[in-house]
Amino acid sequence: MAVTYKLIETVTVGVGGAANIEFTSIPQTYTDLHLVTSIRESRTDAASANGVSWNLRFNSLTTNQSQRSLYYAGAIPSALSGLDAGFFMWSTTGLDTSNVFASGQVYIPNYAGSSYKSFSSEQIGENNGSSGGRLHAGLWSSTAAITSIQMFPSTGTFVEYSSASLYGIKNS
Amino acid sequence: MATKLIVDCSTGITTEVELTAEEIAQREADAQAWALIEAEREATASAKAAARASAEAKLSALGLTADEIAALIS
Repeated sequence: MAVTYKLIETVTVGVGGAANIEFTSIPQTYTDLHLVTSIRESRTDAASANGVSWNLRFNSLTTNQSQRSLYYAGAIPSALSGLDAGFFMWSTTGLDTSNVFASGQVYIPNYAGSSYKSFSSEQIGENNGSSGGRLHAGLWSSTAAITSIQMFPSTGTFVEYSSASLYGIKNS
Repeated sequence: MATKLIVDCSTGITTEVELTAEEIAQREADAQAWALIEAEREATASAKAAARASAEAKLSALGLTADEIAALIS
């Protein structure tokens, strides 16, 4: 039986945190990519009380990005759409209960092709009944193959034990 | 000094390197973009809260009880 879902690489942040995480030299031999994350940011300012948005990029570029999100931080749902310098995911922060990380996944079909790259993402951070999350549709209007993926915190760092795993998916 | 983790998928090797000045500048730009989104989120939330309070007041003026209002708008 063919292997259709394979772990490419996984990384876990060590002591001291990380200012960003980057997957480079992504093999072009799969059909789709699946990024699975467990993320917590270090920031503790009041604005981060209900979660914050970490930032996803392809090939280190901040151009040709459009997105639409449904998200909530606390009790009230909101929507976001437009052109932004980055695709916005979701993270818990230093104000949340200790050791609570946001779970997320990003699915990127046809990443190695020459058509524009659309993708979907869902992220959730729960904190003892007060949670936040984001359902995200993104489009990177580039014909370039995705060869690297960058993950940036909103500010500060990804804390120790944050992790990201990149899987490759084949359709046969 | 801030560092980043680079995972080379061709070798499986993870390295920790210090950010360049350009990367630090980009981080600052990201923070500003995030602040704009936060402001938009706060404005949306405030507008919804104000509309809800206004609706509750109008329903109360019509004679609905608090339980009846809650049943309608919760």
